Amino acid sequence: MTERFVVPVRLFGRHRELAGAAELSVELAVGGTVGDVKQALAAHPGLSGPQSFAIAVNRRYEPDESPVTEGDEVAVIPPVAGG
Amino acid sequence: MDSSRAGAGDTPDGVVIAEVTEEELDGSVLLRMLGDVSDGAVVVFEGRVRDHNEGRSVRCLAYDAYREMAAEVLQEIAREAVRLMGASSVGVRHRVGRLEPPEVSLVVAVAAVHRKPAYEASNYVIDELKKRLPLWKREEYADGTSRWLGGEMPPVAGEPAGPVVGEESA
Repeated sequence: MTERFVVPVRLFGRHRELAGAAELSVELAVGGTVGDVKQALAAHPGLSGPQSFAIAVNRRYEPDESPVTEGDEVAVIPPVAGG
Repeated sequence: MDSSRAGAGDTPDGVVIAEVTEEELDGSVLLRMLGDVSDGAVVVFEGRVRDHNEGRSVRCLAYDAYREMAAEVLQEIAREAVRLMGASSVGVRHRVGRLEPPEVSLVVAVAAVHRKPAYEASNYVIDELKKRLPLWKREEYADGTSRWLGGEMPPVAGEPAGPVVGEESA
């Protein structure tokens, strides 16, 4: 049995409206990655479908292969539009 | 302290301010925070909410941000503008919340020894924050509809970055 943990994932902009929440809980296996977070999010009814977003871990944009560990600050980043 | 300096001397990295705020913005306030007697050029940019976009009449813009990360990214971009673009000092503030035309959403102020690096550093800050700042805007139109504007996928190592179009919402 693989050990698992729960990581809170923050949502912003359109994703917060789609999910109806500012934060979702995602369960990951120990050794899980950013890619696993994306896969788990796609199972959420509000976030399924063709979504493009990046994931930030501890306030840095991270590729799919980056690890996510217990206590990390994780956020869904839809295409940014400052200015 | 050297009295010729108006604040820039307090910051070893040349960044006098870099923040995301709900407060009203004013370029002239930033202007007074930077530059010293060796700087021959100061550029102040104010980005304002306009009353139209893509042929539609805009009533307001609602800005949302990942505040903690956005503050760090702005700081990083401002430091790069000093290090890479030759600015002497840089200040940048981005506003969040609900803004109506012609309120100011962004102010960038840059001091440099000469004109060219001042303009270039100012452009650099704006170009980079449009690519990297975790911040979003929803346009509300005169007809009562609204839409989160499409933007740029932030650069992530090994993945394509680039523009994404917006999606209509109720």
